[in-house]
Amino acid sequence: MTLETLDAALRPALFEYLLRLGDDALILGHRLSEWCGHGPYLEEDIALANLALDCLGHAEALLTLAGEVEGRGRTADDLAFLRDAYDFRNVQMVELPRGDFAFTITRQFLFATYACLLYEALQQSAFEPLAGIAAKAHKEMRYHLRHSSEWMRCLGDGTDESHRRAQTALDELWMYTGELFEVDDTLRTLTEARIAPDMAALQPKWREQVEAVLREATLTVPEDPPYMATGGRRGHHTEHLGHLLAEMQFLQRAYPGAQW
Amino acid sequence: MTPAEIRKALTEVRDPEIPVLNIVEMGIVRDVRLEGDTVHVEITPTYTGCPAMRTIEESIVQTLRGRGFQKVIVHKVFREPWTTDWMTDEAREKLRAYGIAPPPPRADDAPDLIPLPFSVARGPTVPCPFCGSEQTRQTSAFGSTACKALFFCEACRQPFEYFKAI
Repeated sequence: MTLETLDAALRPALFEYLLRLGDDALILGHRLSEWCGHGPYLEEDIALANLALDCLGHAEALLTLAGEVEGRGRTADDLAFLRDAYDFRNVQMVELPRGDFAFTITRQFLFATYACLLYEALQQSAFEPLAGIAAKAHKEMRYHLRHSSEWMRCLGDGTDESHRRAQTALDELWMYTGELFEVDDTLRTLTEARIAPDMAALQPKWREQVEAVLREATLTVPEDPPYMATGGRRGHHTEHLGHLLAEMQFLQRAYPGAQW
Repeated sequence: MTPAEIRKALTEVRDPEIPVLNIVEMGIVRDVRLEGDTVHVEITPTYTGCPAMRTIEESIVQTLRGRGFQKVIVHKVFREPWTTDWMTDEAREKLRAYGIAPPPPRADDAPDLIPLPFSVARGPTVPCPFCGSEQTRQTSAFGSTACKALFFCEACRQPFEYFKAI
């Protein structure tokens, strides 16, 4: 189905879903962009800026589509710069401060593994514009995954210090991974309409791929905690998102409509 | 003007990041349609976040206005995703002459990227665009733009960029 043939009853759920995908990419991209000029060495600084650029590209495509599905004339820029924290639908994992290099890379690895599986599945989406974006994004996320999984091995199987930092990052991030696969009514509606994939089927694949790399990296897979962080998909965020938005949205808030 | 002539006119539009190439030989122009006095041009981004796309869209409109078309609509399409395989042989040669190693044909059975042992993950063999030596190594998987990676030639001791095959 296309934008024209989309069932009107599906629009609210689809708008919500596109915000989730777009906000994950936007917020992660912003966190990556914070490394610009602060990377551990020049090539890696450039690499992180490149990853950020891809994420912003995905966010622009997904939020543009979200605005079209919503049908109220909102552009990707409106959605990125003129919503407050409780209207954002990203998972909490992507909004956490960038931390040290090991933390950034570990988050990148956990997220890219998820995003590769998700975009691969979304290429079969019954909603054609989303399947098109997914096909493009999948190619780019594979490159991200290659970069971060190589780094996981370098850090985990490197020095005592790099191993310690990678393991600490992994332990801290693990409680934020559950949210990636959460299923709610929005998702159930879209899975039934064959627009979104069955997340329960993706989770074991994610786990298998993540564990394979962690084993090679000589890192220990953390125990599942009794409580997984949750709420981002419903607009409940950590305190960090507000600070991030304050910086990201400053210009459009202070000078509404500014362009260059 | 026919769509074929419009397509020819679009060879005047250059990629601002790689000015030796025009957008037709890069495979960015997907379709050209004339509906009444409106020209529809379908283009596909090389990378979703490519910052050159906006400039390219504006150049398309400007170029076609110069040919008397007041109504030009540029559509961005993602499917099928752009691949370096759509780049013409002539474009590849231009890249090489410009000092950027061109992308080889993409392997259809490209392995999934995880988990790859280190030896495989080092990347492809890329001949140096200056001396032709294959004694080159990747210094970074990322370069000055999303579409390129950084290499170094051990034979002529020259760093160079490589246009990634995707």
